[in-house]
Amino acid sequence: MAVGEVSKKESESWKVPVPGGSVIMAPLDRLTRWARKSSLWSLTFGLSCCAIEMMATAASRYDLDRFGVFFRATPRQADVMIVAGWVSVKMAPYIKHLYEQMPEPKYVIAMGGCACAGGPYRDSITIVKGVDHFLPVDVYVYGCPPRPENLINGILKLQEKISSEKSLLRGGSPDHRINHEPIVIEG
Amino acid sequence: MITDTTSRNTMTVNFGPQHPSTHGVLRLIVDIDGEIVRSCRPEIGYLHRGLEKMFESRSYRHNIPFTDRLDYLCSLANNLAICQAIERVGNVEVPERAKYLRVLMVELNRIASHLVFLGTFATDLGATTVFLYAFRERELLLDLLEAMTGARLTYNWIRVGGMPADIPEGYGERVIAFLNQMRPRLDENDRLLTHNRIFRARCEGIGVLKREDAIAWGATGPVARGSGVNLDIRKAAPYEIYDRLDFEVPVFDEGDVMARYKVRIEEMRQSARIVEQVLKTMPEGDIQTKLPKIFKPPAGEAYSRIESPRGELSFYLISDGTPNPVRIHIRAPSFIHLSLLQFMAKDIKVADMIAVAGSLDPVMGEVDR
Ligand code: SF4
Repeated sequence: MAVGEVSKKESESWKVPVPGGSVIMAPLDRLTRWARKSSLWSLTFGLSCCAIEMMATAASRYDLDRFGVFFRATPRQADVMIVAGWVSVKMAPYIKHLYEQMPEPKYVIAMGGCACAGGPYRDSITIVKGVDHFLPVDVYVYGCPPRPENLINGILKLQEKISSEKSLLRGGSPDHRINHEPIVIEG
Repeated sequence: MITDTTSRNTMTVNFGPQHPSTHGVLRLIVDIDGEIVRSCRPEIGYLHRGLEKMFESRSYRHNIPFTDRLDYLCSLANNLAICQAIERVGNVEVPERAKYLRVLMVELNRIASHLVFLGTFATDLGATTVFLYAFRERELLLDLLEAMTGARLTYNWIRVGGMPADIPEGYGERVIAFLNQMRPRLDENDRLLTHNRIFRARCEGIGVLKREDAIAWGATGPVARGSGVNLDIRKAAPYEIYDRLDFEVPVFDEGDVMARYKVRIEEMRQSARIVEQVLKTMPEGDIQTKLPKIFKPPAGEAYSRIESPRGELSFYLISDGTPNPVRIHIRAPSFIHLSLLQFMAKDIKVADMIAVAGSLDPVMGEVDR
């Protein structure tokens, strides 16, 4: 079932007609999911080349604010971490630390070939071959660097995933880290 | 946060590696006394990937795409620098038209790079509007570069002995149209900042780099020219066709953050001038010298230096006659400029340190290699 359909059905079932108009009544979990997906605040955190494309995606032409993605400078206020760039062995503990500082529910987008699987530096000894070695990645966006459209696609897919989540206790449920299905956006 | 036990008043604070103003993953270890920075030590290596070692296990042509990811704001300058070094060691002639094409692309890329500087530097100082304006212009420019190379950021578009393809039809007119559109907008952005009292107060007289220090510590590019050193490799040791072009090198004597900012703004205008001249005088002809499939330059060494948007970028290359290089060393301007922070970010306010680090315009991919 495509996730977009669910939200459409959902949005109709929220309207309850009463004399003189309609009111919106919705179960709390649906509302929560809707709120979560519509205000995905992202951590301002760029590593290398892909970070420039991430900036370009946030800037004038592509304007990520349209999708509710808004860059925050501190992990305490962020919901999604876009890992944009190659991760060296020296940097990896800091990224893990930043991830741990983010409040639940939290999501990770691996942007670019480097963050997904090591990219062009796959045979370098100092590069971690993909952030999924130490973070649970929700969306992989391939490309070197991915075009802004691709990153936006990844974010939209993540929003769909959020709106179809079974449990509100996403981060809290112990099996989430094992059972989640990553989304792959090809470059 | 670590409290320094040697003095009661100073405190050692980590700034970065994740910080919106560090332009990547720079970490500064700062001793602060209240609001005053007493010393500032850059810690680098967070993007280290052993690139110079990786070069040794790949053939010459395979190494070109890796240079895109050094200074990713101006990939074409890196491509040009390594190709020049390879051509020098292999005695490869470059056709005349290819030289013009190279200069055309590199100068367009220089404008794109300085536009990113303009945007990020203004954001560091709190003027987010300029960031959006600068990226609006940059997107138009990226469209042009994409029409030519097919990529938005990592172009990989210069080959050993020439260029992979000629410019598409009608490209010159598109470039001219863009330049005509960009110039008034650049003036507008410039006015927005240079007539802004807050911006001036945060830039003028801050982070002064003395002329002697700039020379002694090997500063190049806009950092040196902001301190009154008239050094531009395009003039000092002309490569490709720069000796035939008419352009000025902006030099300011103040040595402060404002001077470096003004150099970069003026350089964009000069690059636009160069691009126009190149388009007007470009000759017809070949764009690529025929070379064997497996390129084996004779044993020897070569050094090439070019003026990248950040300063003097050089490649030192040793060949032993096999398809792979023995050693490639990169002299990255950002790496050298970071060592200047110890003078410039001394006894200034914490907020000014951001302006000083931003005015060096470091690209961490080039610092760490
Ligand atoms: S995927 Fe490519 S563009 Fe992105 S960080 Fe890696 S090398 Fe740079």
